[in-house]
Amino acid sequence: MLRVLALASVVLLGIAPQASQAITVYTSWERHALVGSDVRLSCSFFSWRFVSEDVSFTWRYRPDGSRDSISIAHYAGGEAYTDNKGAFKDRVEFVGNPKRRDGSILIKNLDFSDNGTFTCDAKNPPDIVGRPSSVRLLVFETFLVPIQAGVITGAIIGVVLGLLVLIVVIYYLMRFLVARRVFSLNVSKHGKKKKEGSQQRQIKV
Amino acid sequence: MLCILLGVLALHLLVFILLIVSTASSQWSLEKEGHTDLWYNCHSDQNGYHCLQASTGDWIQAVQALMILAVVFCFVSLLAFAYQLFRLFKGGRFYFTSIFQILASVFVMCAAIIYTVMRPKSERDYGYSYVLAWVAFPLSLISGLIYLILRKKD
Repeated sequence: MLRVLALASVVLLGIAPQASQAITVYTSWERHALVGSDVRLSCSFFSWRFVSEDVSFTWRYRPDGSRDSISIAHYAGGEAYTDNKGAFKDRVEFVGNPKRRDGSILIKNLDFSDNGTFTCDAKNPPDIVGRPSSVRLLVFETFLVPIQAGVITGAIIGVVLGLLVLIVVIYYLMRFLVARRVFSLNVSKHGKKKKEGSQQRQIKV
Repeated sequence: MLCILLGVLALHLLVFILLIVSTASSQWSLEKEGHTDLWYNCHSDQNGYHCLQASTGDWIQAVQALMILAVVFCFVSLLAFAYQLFRLFKGGRFYFTSIFQILASVFVMCAAIIYTVMRPKSERDYGYSYVLAWVAFPLSLISGLIYLILRKKD
């Protein structure tokens, strides 16, 4: 039994250094930005190992409604490579600190055509098994979003009915409170009368 | 006494039905090949019969809200009438019922006025829902005032 355990532990120890473990990539869920502004898309990862020399980050962009994605930024072997041919030419900058597990990029001068999904894939060899994480970018003209249909309707109805309920509650509350005050006044009057009555009886006696 | 009671109740129910029909059916305006407002904008062309969301704008939502509130208040007034009929002391007036009914009439009036003023000029005619709303307004006002002067006997 002991021999089997020893053999198993040696085998596991022998295998473990070569086995790759899972890596978890984190990005934001959604980012909102104004036309013409810059946005920083953050990407981080969790891995059981220390950051290796061969750590790599890859950013891909998929426009809304399209099924294909193109690479726009890549960091590997200590060097950052950004898009110099496509729609993001000269607009993407790698601003992360890979030693600190940060693979963020900065996109400058946003336009409406930049609406889409940005996917970050991080690899920390030998931890390469992981699912890339996506962040959705929404570019607005202004941050005043037009009100959706039905919001005003619901708001008016809710406010009026709420006021109605409030008035009814206040009315019954006032009635209840006034009734209590009247009740306590009666008790004190009744008490005084009793005292006077007993004093008179004492005097008579 | 019973006749008056039944007549008042019948009037109240009529107002309620008018309000519901006016709110629910989408025929406040007639266009050249269809109708529009309060909820849908339906028209038929060579491709068939299409229905879209009603006129955009915040004013149409206010009209929707006011009509729904009028229906709600009319219904609450009906409930209050039933309650006060059995619980009111002798000689009392139907205050609750009348207040809610008058409020319902005010809401219908506001809705109809807002719709009349804010309607785009391009539309051609008014539909039957609009007419029903304007008919429901004085009827509900009269109904509310009757409740105000009605006294409970026995």
